[in-house]
Amino acid sequence: MSLELTFWWLLAIKLAVAAAVVPVIGMVIGYAEMKLSAHMQSRVGPYFAGGRFGWAQLIADGVKFIQKEDIIPEEADRPVFKWAPALVMLGTMALLVIVPVHPSPRYGIVRDLEVGIFYALAISSVSTIGVLMAGWSSANKYSMIGGLRAAGQLIAYELPLVLATVGVVIQAGTMSMQGIVSAQVAQGWPFVLTQFIGFAIFMIATLAELTRLPFDMPIAESELVMGYVTEYSGFRFLFFFLAEFANMFSMSVIAATLFLGGYGLWGINPETLLSPIILFAKVGVLVFLMIWLRWTLPRLREDQLQTLAWKWLIPIAIANIIVTAVLKVVL
Amino acid sequence: MTFSEWIAEPVNWAFLAMAIPMVLAALRVVTSRNVVHAALFLVLALAASAGLFILLSAEFVAWVLVLVYIGAVVVLFLFGIMITRAPIGRETNLSHNTRWPAAAAALGVFAVTFWLINAVTEQMGGFGDPLPAVGRATATGILGEGFINRYLIPFEAVGFVLLAALIGGITLARKDLTPAEEEEGARV
Repeated sequence: MSLELTFWWLLAIKLAVAAAVVPVIGMVIGYAEMKLSAHMQSRVGPYFAGGRFGWAQLIADGVKFIQKEDIIPEEADRPVFKWAPALVMLGTMALLVIVPVHPSPRYGIVRDLEVGIFYALAISSVSTIGVLMAGWSSANKYSMIGGLRAAGQLIAYELPLVLATVGVVIQAGTMSMQGIVSAQVAQGWPFVLTQFIGFAIFMIATLAELTRLPFDMPIAESELVMGYVTEYSGFRFLFFFLAEFANMFSMSVIAATLFLGGYGLWGINPETLLSPIILFAKVGVLVFLMIWLRWTLPRLREDQLQTLAWKWLIPIAIANIIVTAVLKVVL
Repeated sequence: MTFSEWIAEPVNWAFLAMAIPMVLAALRVVTSRNVVHAALFLVLALAASAGLFILLSAEFVAWVLVLVYIGAVVVLFLFGIMITRAPIGRETNLSHNTRWPAAAAALGVFAVTFWLINAVTEQMGGFGDPLPAVGRATATGILGEGFINRYLIPFEAVGFVLLAALIGGITLARKDLTPAEEEEGARV
């Protein structure tokens, strides 16, 4: 009985931590985006909230969203409309399960699944359904077009995303996230050196999956108001908002783990508590890269987006897999 | 094993927690009055069947189901439905007058699949020992080898039956146009 009790307590604690991590990450990255974009455009950005540097801006925003009225359009399909943000959030939170922050299984809330990376790609594809539900159920033409664009884009970029990781899986000989990191720690260099093509494709496809500029046609504000989130307000809007930033984090974690050596760094013992700091530093670099690209590049056209995925990224990713597999057998 | 013994096993609670929503969702797929709702209930049914695969410690198969069926096939369904015609609310003309033949065909497919799996495995001398599980989940490599070696023939046989069922489903559901209607369509 005591064993069962500890199991349920542990589960409750893990759930509470996971539920707290998403808003915290969302707020940190959201603040970083506000501040960085402001400075890239010679503005100051949030300034007054919290006394200095506007550090409390996102907390204030969060409180504001929670206070707002939860409006559901008259013509909307109520159950579908209500469940859509939850489904988007599910895909986001479930990704955090396999984040490997430390070699020892004692630290963190991590569970090292044998199918690790495959699980991550599978569970993150659930969010697409949530986006389509949101677009359809809003009973709004802008939402509908936004939802359709999002679905078309996510279908197109799911493939290069999956194919780009295969090269790493072949090289490491395992799909487990811990296994991939320890393979890189053991050989002393990260996979980005041999899998640079895979890394580039993965990052491009990630930007498209996150529907961030230059791939933000689903919520293109100059054409579609706000795409599939047009009709959402209050905390349901907050869910979409947080999910985007939390997804930036978790996709960066996956990229850092697969290609940049995860918590490993030359000359540093991975058993120390420096490991999570190293991982989060790498994630920080990747997140900065995403924000930088967003405020630098213009939006692609819909046909350019599809051409890029189907005619360029997928063939290159498949060629990369073939070369990696042949070299793995030959060498 | 009596029912009270069966229900005392916690793993069977988990089975019921997956199986009951799965069956109910599958029923709603065909009885729902809205096409989009039907597709969304299909998501629920597929998610529950992925849960059943996890109960069988075939983790890889479960996530394949999520990635391929929920992440790609149903998304394509929804995409196709929404890009053509997807009104919100109930529709009146969703039912088909061949529904009883369709139900009979579905039962027939189930019977043939069931019989085929039993017959083929009997021919092979039973399912043999269960695949070895490492920890709580069967290793993906072992799963792949078992699938390609030991269970290849039952799998191919069932795949054949399901293909036949798909063709039958299309035949039942399609509406053949008269030559005059076809001409009409060609002009439009």
